[in-house]
Amino acid sequence: MGKRKKIAERVTTLMDKPERIRNIGIVAHIDHGKTTLSDNLLAGAGMISMDLAGRQLFMDFDPLEQTRGITIDAANVSMVHEVNGQEYLINMIDTPGHVDFGGDVTRSMRAVDGAVVVVDAVEGAMPQTETVLRQAIREGVRPVLFINKVDRMINELRVEKKEMAVRLGKVIDNINNLIRNMDEEKYNAGWRMDAAVGSVTFGSALYNWAISVPMMKKTGIGFDQVYDHCKSESMKELADKCPLYIAVNDMVVKFLPSPSEAQKDRVKVIWHGDWDSPVGKAMATCDPTGPVAFMITKIKIDPHAGEIATGRLFSGTLARGMELYVSGVANTNRVQSTGIMMGAERVEVDSILAGNIAAVTGLRDAMVGSTVTTDAGMTAFEQIKHVSEPVMTVAVEAKNTRDLPKLVEVLRQVAKEDPTLQININEETGEHLMAGMGELHLDIVTTRIQRDKGVELKTSPPIVVYRESIIGEAGPVEGKSPNHHNRFYIELEPLKPGVVEALKAGQINMKMDELARRNILIDKGMDKGEAKNLAGIYGSNLFLNMTKGVQYLKETMELILEGFEESLRNGPIAREPAQGVKAKLVDVKLHEDAIHRGPAQVIPAVRQAMQAGILMAEPALLEPFQNVFIQVPQDQMSGAMSEIQGRRGMILSMETQGDMIMLKSKMPVSQMFGFAGAIRSATEGRALWSTEFAGFEPLPPNLMLETVREIRTRKGLKPEMPKPSDYLKAA
Amino acid sequence: MLFFIGLGLYDEKDISIRGLETIRAADEVYAEFYTSHLIGASVQDLEKIYGKKVNILSRNEVEENPSWLINAKDMDLAFLVGGDPMISTTHLDLRLRAIEMGIKTRVIHSSSIVTAISGLTGLQNYRFSRSTTIPFPYTSRGNRVVPETPYNVLKENLERNLHTMLFLDIEDTRYMTINEGATLLLETAESFDDESLKDQLSIGIARAGSEQATIKADILENLRKFDFGDPLHFLIVPAKLHFMEARALLVLAEAPQDVTDKAIY
Repeated sequence: MGKRKKIAERVTTLMDKPERIRNIGIVAHIDHGKTTLSDNLLAGAGMISMDLAGRQLFMDFDPLEQTRGITIDAANVSMVHEVNGQEYLINMIDTPGHVDFGGDVTRSMRAVDGAVVVVDAVEGAMPQTETVLRQAIREGVRPVLFINKVDRMINELRVEKKEMAVRLGKVIDNINNLIRNMDEEKYNAGWRMDAAVGSVTFGSALYNWAISVPMMKKTGIGFDQVYDHCKSESMKELADKCPLYIAVNDMVVKFLPSPSEAQKDRVKVIWHGDWDSPVGKAMATCDPTGPVAFMITKIKIDPHAGEIATGRLFSGTLARGMELYVSGVANTNRVQSTGIMMGAERVEVDSILAGNIAAVTGLRDAMVGSTVTTDAGMTAFEQIKHVSEPVMTVAVEAKNTRDLPKLVEVLRQVAKEDPTLQININEETGEHLMAGMGELHLDIVTTRIQRDKGVELKTSPPIVVYRESIIGEAGPVEGKSPNHHNRFYIELEPLKPGVVEALKAGQINMKMDELARRNILIDKGMDKGEAKNLAGIYGSNLFLNMTKGVQYLKETMELILEGFEESLRNGPIAREPAQGVKAKLVDVKLHEDAIHRGPAQVIPAVRQAMQAGILMAEPALLEPFQNVFIQVPQDQMSGAMSEIQGRRGMILSMETQGDMIMLKSKMPVSQMFGFAGAIRSATEGRALWSTEFAGFEPLPPNLMLETVREIRTRKGLKPEMPKPSDYLKAA
Repeated sequence: MLFFIGLGLYDEKDISIRGLETIRAADEVYAEFYTSHLIGASVQDLEKIYGKKVNILSRNEVEENPSWLINAKDMDLAFLVGGDPMISTTHLDLRLRAIEMGIKTRVIHSSSIVTAISGLTGLQNYRFSRSTTIPFPYTSRGNRVVPETPYNVLKENLERNLHTMLFLDIEDTRYMTINEGATLLLETAESFDDESLKDQLSIGIARAGSEQATIKADILENLRKFDFGDPLHFLIVPAKLHFMEARALLVLAEAPQDVTDKAIY
């Protein structure tokens, strides 16, 4: 490992020169060649042998990733690159492409300032290209483009020499259209991809070569020569003349911003504290002498080092022995060690300066998304938003009952490592429920728990996660406290779709400025009078206090909100979480002595009114959908189509590309079980496919009752759909 | 017929003769002890003196599902409570429900802390205003909540120069002490930047009605630390004192002279 140690030494000498640092992510649609590209860059930096680049999949260091041929976790590597005799430090994060691991992409974007978007020359921009591009732009992360698999375009698609530039130009135009639609301002400010200046590079990661316009000028190699080398299968020679790592790293250094350049704008996107405060100023200028402002983007439990928290240091300097505040926790944590990541390996260094990506141990209380700082009063960073929601649950049990305490601890750990995973305990059965992004996600987590943590597991077959909601209106519904001394009157109606979207995107919370929140709500279509009476948010549900001047209400509000939340956490239809519900408190009668309106009185009264109200307001059960993208040869198309239609799927679009058909379809997650095997046999293994989360939609009425019955039976509840009177106590 | 029978202040002997005779003649006997508790007597002590089984009812069986109530249609039921019935608000609801079901009801009174305080402290009955209860703080949605109502009621009463009775919360077998009650009041006062309450004359009463009753008057800050011993506890915050009241507190409640002197109007 002497070599890596040496690289680490060069890395550390550059760490205190922020203008020489580039923090970058590599993002792409699945299978467009991210990991292969990363390997090329590593090989160029001398970290792995060039012969292995493209084959070793160094970044996929988990054996599971290598056997499945996909990247599951975002991995980090720091390396040194030279341009015009000057050394630059490139901190690179490789991100997963499979939709089941989308949460990792979102989080990695927080740590970087620039992204290399990899696109397959044959396929062009694909759905996840759009998703990752959107995530980057939303986080203020500047993109450059690498068009991969140019050799495939020439050899497989048999594109003519003259056509090459036109075809590649089309790929670039598509990406530019996407960027313009997402953020026109930035597009006009220079974020447009322009091959002429060099913010686009073309190449083949598998064969280790790449070319950009500036590089063409330098080497004299143009599209004609590229074409000939590809045709004559002499790409090794091309790789010697135009090594990929030089072309791409040159582009990174030239077009992606350094932390000192990027932070003044990025800080405004990801941090909403006082920009004139000492920490605000220090972050804007990437000041290593300022207060520590460190955002955690990843937590990995290492069997030796314990919890390793990786993230971006926006200001200050991290060193061993420092006492740091973790957002949401009163006590400080002591830094035990600081280091940088080299793939799976952590190399310890004495200190880490602002602008770098740091790997720190000793931060016991940190979670993904935590703000870590020396300034006890610092406003936390904006929450990291996840585009997808968990859609599938498995119940896990320890095979040996003596492992139970260990299982509880292990589940706490995995939830910390992977925030897209939700762990719940079923209070009636004592089962541990693990909810994730899909069958594959849960499968990987389970395998890892057994392999890395040594706990043998029994898992139930995966179950789809549903949502409860309302279509109509109800109320005022009267909720009475058990002692009959308090009454609550609540009206229910569905929230406008725009409001639900804003809630899901995390645009509204109770901590933000009240006026800003009100304006967003009004903008999304909420009535002014209602928007100003917002009293609580739970998931994507709102509670409004429409009463005026009711005595004692203020000190009772927490309990009212607790009742509201309880009714939605386990909805009245089948104890699935509710969404899109607007609850309005329109009148309240409270007993004047506090003893008669404590938790035991108020919570059940509000909960029962809510539960009955939901059942009176045309209750609906929503099921999760996934978009399914299938690429299949024309002669296999009918097999793929019948696979979609047989699973309550809808074809959304169909495009021909050469002899391939691109199918975009949408399917209920409940119908996706076993899809991988079925599509393989229906198309003789010729279909390529991927999925993404597509939101929740109401079940058709004929299926709803049946599904409610199924869920309720599984949960040991009375199978019949409940009635409002089941929740309202007779007076 | 449903009889609401008060058991009085402390033990099995505080019941009235009429109450005792009614229990002995009743077909079934029920009791609830969550609003108040007869500290000086166990259920066995009661059963021994009545010669009858006493069924203890939970809060749920009194407030939400009083399925036993129907028996009162054709039997005589005795429903026993500590102190005087109807002082606890919840008993009225039960009585009204019984009447709606066509059941005849009757209340047999006994002594209550509400009247006993005049006897124990010498404070004059007509100077008392609205009473209040100090509940145990609770945690809701991750926040510790201390209801402000007791403090607000106390302040309103003081402004109107009237005494305040403060009942202390009972939760299963957990009885709020005077120390806890005083601490909570002072905590709320502090949140309003009100320093005056610390020096406010107050009176703590423990085990009213028993041979070992403790009655102590002092400023609230001192009562916060005073050891009152076993439950039940009760707290009074008087307004300005009539000179007769001041004299009584010196004699009956070991009040420090300087404190009562300042409190006389």
